[in-house]
Amino acid sequence: MNRIDRRFSELKRAGRVALVPYVTAGHPSPAATVPVLHAAVKAGADLVELGMPFSDVMADGPVIQNAHERALAQGTGLDQVLEMVSAFRRDDVDTPIILMGYANPIERRGVGTFARQASEAGVDGLLIVDCPADEADDLQGQLRSHDIHQIFLVAPTTTDSRLNHAARLAGGFVYYVSIKGVTGAASLDVDSLAPMIKQVRARIDLPVAVGFGIREPAQAAAVAAVADAVVIGSALVDRLDRCESVDEAVVVVREFLAPVRQAMDNSAPVSVEETA
Amino acid sequence: MVEQALKLEQREALPDLGGHFGIFGGRFVSETLMPALEELDAAWRRYMKDPDFLAEMDRDLAHFVGRPSPLYLAENLTRQVGGARIVLKREDLNHTGAHKINNTVGQGLLARAMGKRRVIAETGAGQHGVASATIAARLGMECVVYMGAEDVRRQAVNVYRMKLLGAQVVAVESGSRTLKDALNEAMRDWVTNVDDTFYILGTVAGPHPYPAMVRDFNAIVGREARAQMLTEYGRLPDALVACVGGGSNAIGLFYPFIDDTEVAMIGVEAAGRGLSGQEHAASLCAGRVGVLHGSRTYLLDDDSGQIRHTHSISAGLDYPGVGPEHAWLKDCGRARYVGVSDTEALEAFHNLTRTEGIMPALESAHAIAYGLKLAAELPQDQIVLVNLSGRGDKDINTVAELEGIEF
Repeated sequence: MNRIDRRFSELKRAGRVALVPYVTAGHPSPAATVPVLHAAVKAGADLVELGMPFSDVMADGPVIQNAHERALAQGTGLDQVLEMVSAFRRDDVDTPIILMGYANPIERRGVGTFARQASEAGVDGLLIVDCPADEADDLQGQLRSHDIHQIFLVAPTTTDSRLNHAARLAGGFVYYVSIKGVTGAASLDVDSLAPMIKQVRARIDLPVAVGFGIREPAQAAAVAAVADAVVIGSALVDRLDRCESVDEAVVVVREFLAPVRQAMDNSAPVSVEETA
Repeated sequence: MVEQALKLEQREALPDLGGHFGIFGGRFVSETLMPALEELDAAWRRYMKDPDFLAEMDRDLAHFVGRPSPLYLAENLTRQVGGARIVLKREDLNHTGAHKINNTVGQGLLARAMGKRRVIAETGAGQHGVASATIAARLGMECVVYMGAEDVRRQAVNVYRMKLLGAQVVAVESGSRTLKDALNEAMRDWVTNVDDTFYILGTVAGPHPYPAMVRDFNAIVGREARAQMLTEYGRLPDALVACVGGGSNAIGLFYPFIDDTEVAMIGVEAAGRGLSGQEHAASLCAGRVGVLHGSRTYLLDDDSGQIRHTHSISAGLDYPGVGPEHAWLKDCGRARYVGVSDTEALEAFHNLTRTEGIMPALESAHAIAYGLKLAAELPQDQIVLVNLSGRGDKDINTVAELEGIEF
């Protein structure tokens, strides 16, 4: 069983909403990534998203873009990302890892080779930002045969036919993008979330994670009341960017995520009643 | 050849509804951008069949742009090379000095028809930025132009021109600080402000519908040239030559000739300091298939799939990808693609200026350089039609700098 599925069923039983931090591999330094991931788990992360550095991150805002550029400048390519996943897995065999990135580095490696290598390293899910469901049919077989879920973004504007297409291909969870814009651009409107998530659930029978625009504990708590998972990226990456040592990065992750976790746990999760 | 003929027969259906030219093209974008592309796709399909829209576009192309642009028989050049006759399609005589205005007139009118009040654009050499700022001024729209910081430096005159036209020019400091980074930034703006903003993309690259739409708006070049050849020369040319960065002037010229299989089509890429090294921008000659800026196409990347920094003397060709339809034309063999170096382009720049009294843009000088080479190899009864896609005023500073001249 894929770790993502196992983790979400555990969470459902526990009535707990998943906290999913995003960090860019190799940022602020290659040495920091594995300790940062472990620190995130200790601070209450249930799944982790690891960004694969790319030179042209068209769908990301300045914070993530800067992180990718810094990571690339320090030599973090696909090989290094997979090594980081393997290193993480030596001490953590349970926390699901989702790789998030862009299509070209994966195409260059070859989808089949990439899927095999990622699976061997211990990757559980893959989100290719610039590969919507429309273009993803060819990937599907390769990823499935290596038990890697393909995660899709859905937006308030995603049409029913595209939702249905994504539903056929998606595994693990769906990533609901709550705002118009790039990562880290604006704050999300929590009030509009509940009805939208309901629509997504009607089409796709998977847990719904919400991301883009969540930057503080109160927002995370509000989202946790309606979603199955809360993704935090830019706000965390921005703080990591200022860290000058691995130790500092570890402290920053803990101090940033712990209050988010606490706020989420104090908010009333809706997912429990759905379990019944 | 059978395969090529088959592929050409299927061409009417290209691109398909998802924007694919064979394996190329498509919509490789974040889900957040999809609704904007779908809205644009629907509007484009609708208005390209709307007689009132088309009539207004034709009026603007005639009276605002100054179309049709003439064919010019370059007799001095022809004598100089002693081979095929060299005919130039004078897109340099258009309002704002390049073919780019054909596309911005079309997209500008489309933006207005869709009720958008704000247009954004990316630009390399500045020609597309100027053409966008021009149409925005004419239609009374707010205009923001994204331009790589390196290009802002190289093309100071065009930057000032855009500001005079009322546009805001944003210097993009990320990545290689050139065209590809400007395109990334424009996409970010669009996805954030999609309700009131229209993105006037300047070339036949990017996600569907841009490659097909920008082609359609530039195909006026080839339609005119084809009719002019028949009227003025009583025949079609033997070869078409055009420079290729993203590929909009080339596809504009090529497209109406695709079924005339006796007409050779040659795209000229920027070989920069040589195709054997890394300092060029020749994605069709020296690249491989990947995904960039929303479509699958030929591109220049390193072994880990990172997009490479490119080099060309001309900012407008300095781009690591290429329009997907060119990728398709290359693979099915209907067009071929060659490289011309900085030095050769510069020579052609001087040659055309001195020989014919026409100063070409450095981009177009690449096409001129190859056109001369090709004409020299062909018999005198043949005709090589070269697209002179833009004029060279904007490049005077670049040329002077290379020759150590300070003003």
